[in-house]
Amino acid sequence: MQRGVLDLWVGLFVAAGLVALVMLAFKVGNIGTANMSDTYSVTAQFDNIGGLKVRAPVKSAGVVVGRVSSISFDDKTYEATVTLGLDKRYTFPKDTIAAILTAGLLGEQYVGLDAGGSDKKLAAGDKIQITQSAIVLESLISQFLFNKAANGSAKSEPASAPAAP
Amino acid sequence: MMGAVGRFFAAIGHPVIDGIERLGFASRFFGLILLRSGTSLLRFGLVIREIFAAGVLSMLIIIVSGLFVGMVLGLQGYRTLQTYGSADSLGVLVALSLVRELGPVVAALLFAGRAGTAMTTEVGLMKTTEQLSALSMMAVDPMARVIAPRFWGGVIAMPLLAAIFSAVGVFGGYLVGVVLLGVDDGTFWSQMQAAVDFREDILNGVFKSLIFGCVISAIALFEGYDAPPTAEGVSRATTRTVVTSSLAILALDFVLTAFMFIGV
Repeated sequence: MQRGVLDLWVGLFVAAGLVALVMLAFKVGNIGTANMSDTYSVTAQFDNIGGLKVRAPVKSAGVVVGRVSSISFDDKTYEATVTLGLDKRYTFPKDTIAAILTAGLLGEQYVGLDAGGSDKKLAAGDKIQITQSAIVLESLISQFLFNKAANGSAKSEPASAPAAP
Repeated sequence: MMGAVGRFFAAIGHPVIDGIERLGFASRFFGLILLRSGTSLLRFGLVIREIFAAGVLSMLIIIVSGLFVGMVLGLQGYRTLQTYGSADSLGVLVALSLVRELGPVVAALLFAGRAGTAMTTEVGLMKTTEQLSALSMMAVDPMARVIAPRFWGGVIAMPLLAAIFSAVGVFGGYLVGVVLLGVDDGTFWSQMQAAVDFREDILNGVFKSLIFGCVISAIALFEGYDAPPTAEGVSRATTRTVVTSSLAILALDFVLTAFMFIGV
């Protein structure tokens, strides 16, 4: 008797809750976009990866073509080994250059791929030979400051030299 | 002299012993709920009735407050973000703060006020009017027939309410940010999707609200069951439900957040 009406309301409530969850998952969260259907992985070695993180995007010409799937340290070469999961739909030449770039001045870091001219394509498990490390802002600034200081002392030396007999 | 000192220690010791006794009884009560919930889960109609009481009837307040919380977040966030020239990230701010914190916590506080008090009063009055004793007399276990279905109703309703709260809140933020203040529609959603992770943010929020649902229902039912069988007793138990569960929600929220997002 009353049970039917009650069930209807509870059903509506549960449905509304599930719809809210699904909306959160797909519209707010990244479950729909981040799931690359099929990926193949290639590795690249960098001197310094800066602040690169796992799941950071891999972009080529500004388009997201994959994600960083793991980062580890190689204690033979003392370099960072970064594994990139690339979307199966895209292939790249063997002499592609991988660089760690920053989105904006202080934004998140991502891996940029610059396609080369080779006829051979990168296959799963291959290693990208030419890489460019992250630019660490601190070292850039300190380099700039040291240069400035060195220039400054070099300039002041000739000025003070004639003063000394 | 001795009598005064004795009275002094008695005055300190009595509340302490009383509190520990209550804690022990509460733990036993909680264990008993879990133990007796088998029968009530089999008769799922009972639980559905309680989902109606705890969830459906709380939906209006949850939707309205979610909408307003989201709208306020949109306004405040827009003002602050614009100072840094990054009003485009408004979607990220609204979605992350709702999904991670405000959704579970504010929905739980509202749930404690709307549904927790109702549970306490109902059970307290059932005890006062000796309906619980009457059930026992008829060999119907009040724990299985009255308490456990209400507990599971609360536990099931709470995460759904929190999800509705967050979703409506994001919509409120969208209304203010995009429709009213003119943040770009596409950036609003795409920045949000880039920043909100399904497992890290959304599922952790759902997990939080599930725990809050357990805690609120258990506290509310215990206070009702433990209430002195007088009008005053029931009213004080209702007050205690709101105070205790609000404090428990906020304290637990800190602990859960520390575990989930910092990974202590």
